[in-house]
Amino acid sequence: MSAFHTSVRRSAALVLIAAAALSCVAFPAGAQEAPDAMVKRVAQEVIATIKSDPAIQAGNEARIRDVLEAKLLPNFDFARMAALAMGKNWKGAAPEQQKRITDEFRALLVRTYSGALNQYRNETIDYKPLRMNAGDTEVTVRTLVQRASGAPIQIDYGMEKKADNWKCYDVIVAGVSLVTNYRDEFNEQIKNGGVDGLIKTLADRNRGVAAK
Amino acid sequence: MSVTFDRRGAPMWRVTAALAAAVLAGCAAAPSRDDPFEPMNRALYEFHDVVDTAVVKPVAQAYIDVVPQLIRTGVSNVFNNLDDLFSAVNGLLQGKLDKFGDDLGRVVLNTGFGLGGIFDLASMVGIERGNEDFGQTFGAWGFPQGPYFFVPFLGPTTVRDGTGVVVRIAVGPVGYIPDVALRNSLYGLGAVDLRAQALSAGAIVDTAALDRYLFIRNAYLQRRRYLVYDGKPPPEPEEP
Repeated sequence: MSAFHTSVRRSAALVLIAAAALSCVAFPAGAQEAPDAMVKRVAQEVIATIKSDPAIQAGNEARIRDVLEAKLLPNFDFARMAALAMGKNWKGAAPEQQKRITDEFRALLVRTYSGALNQYRNETIDYKPLRMNAGDTEVTVRTLVQRASGAPIQIDYGMEKKADNWKCYDVIVAGVSLVTNYRDEFNEQIKNGGVDGLIKTLADRNRGVAAK
Repeated sequence: MSVTFDRRGAPMWRVTAALAAAVLAGCAAAPSRDDPFEPMNRALYEFHDVVDTAVVKPVAQAYIDVVPQLIRTGVSNVFNNLDDLFSAVNGLLQGKLDKFGDDLGRVVLNTGFGLGGIFDLASMVGIERGNEDFGQTFGAWGFPQGPYFFVPFLGPTTVRDGTGVVVRIAVGPVGYIPDVALRNSLYGLGAVDLRAQALSAGAIVDTAALDRYLFIRNAYLQRRRYLVYDGKPPPEPEEP
């Protein structure tokens, strides 16, 4: 059947672990954690929480969202993700519009992640050796998610260095960037209804209106 | 996420070819570089989606509900074993001898000791699937991907990948089974197996996409590009 569905079953079923990757434990000032160590730590924390929380095991999506908000989301740079998804349209948007797009895009990604996390079933994550030169401010952390059945899925994290820690600005599942994958969709919305049209569409989706 | 629909979408290749011919004959305005026939593709996608929702998805769900996991895994493994054989061939065609060796080893091991491929012993001992196909081979040889098409029941493809599917179907082996009923049953089982595996992903696309057609198209093209470059694609050129 649909080849894409096959593909995406893996990519998407695994956005889940992608989500499990970054958290917000405060680090002592000055002691900056390496980006791969950070991905690993956050993934392990989120997975441990998911496994030990009976409400989540029972499929409580609100509870999953709480965990994401507390442990995962502070480690993402959503403004940069929104800018990447907007492409050349980002500069043409007013600061107020940029903020609304960032907020709505964040909400959309969180909805997607929490849905995917709900399917988490004892996957394990292999962390590949990090290739990084001294002074690099952007790196890709590569992981391979091993599943009980089915092929392993590669999930990579685009990480950027900030003043006091690393933040994630892209999640690439089996070769598909979850951020740049939106570029044509954002473009189309802007072409049809301007930047405000895009904001409205994102807000509608977040309120549960089905996509066309 | 391997594009292994070929072996099962088999009867569809004639449709693919016919569509390609029909469409190439009447070139429309190009909404995007990769998808010059977007209006037609959208119509085909919407048709596909209606039938998929009404018929195919419920059948796949029933398959999951009724057939035990153990048996479903065995079914997937048998089809995967066939694909591994062709992955080995394509590894060889691209000069990737390590993948060729791995895939050939997988097929020998799984066919010989895994009861004809029912058990994926090779994965248990850590031999990874090469995941090569004819579309990737054409890409590695430098053929351009050509226009994108959405083919109902087969899914997203390009001229290059679709050609790969045609080659894959032509060499068999399911197509050479003389018993028509058995042959069609195998195609049907393969299709249901693939669709069932894709159910959870479909739910996520429903949540994530603003426009499912575009989401699916772009994810497919990104994924194929990634495969052709073996996981290390160069930065994409900007759209003009």
